[in-house]
Amino acid sequence: MSDELKIDIRVCDAYGYCAELLPEIVDLDEWGYPIVAGEITPDLLAAARAAVAACPRVALRIEPSRRLTVIR
Amino acid sequence: MSAIVSASGARVHSRLLHRDVDPTYRSHLDRHGELPFASDELLLELEASGLTGRGGAAFPTATKLHAVARHRRTEVIANGTEGEPASSKDAVLLARNPQLVLDGLVLAAELVGARRATIAVSRNAEALERAIAERPRRQRPAVALIEDSFVAGEESALVNAVHGGAAKPTGRRPFESGILVQNVETLAHLALVARYGAAWFRSAGTTDEPGTVLATVSGAVRMPGVVEIEPGTTLRELVARCGGPSEPLQAVLVGGYFGSWLPADPGLVLSNTALRRLGASLGARVVVALPRTACGLAETARIAAYMAEQSAGQCGPCVFGLPALAQELARQSPSVNRIEQLGAQIARRGACAHPDGTLGMVQSALRTFDAELRMHAQGRCSAR
Repeated sequence: MSDELKIDIRVCDAYGYCAELLPEIVDLDEWGYPIVAGEITPDLLAAARAAVAACPRVALRIEPSRRLTVIR
Repeated sequence: MSAIVSASGARVHSRLLHRDVDPTYRSHLDRHGELPFASDELLLELEASGLTGRGGAAFPTATKLHAVARHRRTEVIANGTEGEPASSKDAVLLARNPQLVLDGLVLAAELVGARRATIAVSRNAEALERAIAERPRRQRPAVALIEDSFVAGEESALVNAVHGGAAKPTGRRPFESGILVQNVETLAHLALVARYGAAWFRSAGTTDEPGTVLATVSGAVRMPGVVEIEPGTTLRELVARCGGPSEPLQAVLVGGYFGSWLPADPGLVLSNTALRRLGASLGARVVVALPRTACGLAETARIAAYMAEQSAGQCGPCVFGLPALAQELARQSPSVNRIEQLGAQIARRGACAHPDGTLGMVQSALRTFDAELRMHAQGRCSAR
């Protein structure tokens, strides 16, 4: 079950902490602004939470996956 | 209001822009009669009419009204700010037929149960206030004077500004919060549908794009200005309405600074259906005619620099990407690879459509002015 990393690009100031903490899915454009290139797989969740907490502009949030969970 | 036939055989409509040189409330009533009541029937007529937004996005008006009316607390804002420099249709409409716009605004407010109706403009507020003062007391919207900037006319930016905040986009759609924003031309058409019905409205235009539209024509034409046309008009007819070309034409920018450069083919059909096949759209019907003696790349660079300067300044990819785009275009020999690289970092990365619109215009320039690009690579230019 994968979650999405959402960025409010209006408040982002290109500190780049998210790209450092979550290099698996966050790239930076040539001006230092984040491009999210993947989903937050379960193994990346802890790092994603760290990135959200580390952002000085509080520009990040984790959006839960909308897919239904199959209960066995 | 039947159409007259011009010398070229095309029908000339004057639904919005008639010859009345004295746009008083009295003459407005003499021409159109009293304002009808807003009713569920009117909503059905609007649906049947196929009226779509005239501000550039062409969103179905009845659909938007329905979406807004669902909210308990609603508000209506008429958008007359017209921040696009190459457009003057809204200014002309407000100067020559303000009462029709105000009728439409009052009707729209009744249809969605709004308590507040505001008309937003960036200039000539006093003339508008005078027109409003002539109306019956309960049909007087408020006027909001908004700063003149390109992004101020974006719906969410406009709502923010009218409510006292900055004229910057918020990334949210106002109609999802019960706020109806409509271009002033849309409201004028609404007021006409209320009086004359859907069938009458559809007696002009095409099946997919019914009614008339206002277009602003500038550049290398003898009589630049605002004309009322039907979707489906050809470029030849449009240019003829503007006195013909002042010199041989090379290309046209269709849709304004967010629009597309296309070769100046006289047979070019000005409808969204036809333009879509060329990767373009009518937008707010801004048409700029570029003569053969001008350099399309220089014009594009100039527009891109303006758009960069007009960024709301909220989003990095726009703040940095647009100036980089403008800079590359201003070089003697712009690199298509570099522009594509910039485009990939700009597309869909802002909170509003400003960067995407600019990028689209630039990409159309690379296609239409490819010969010019090759000339520049050899150190030559059409303008020299």
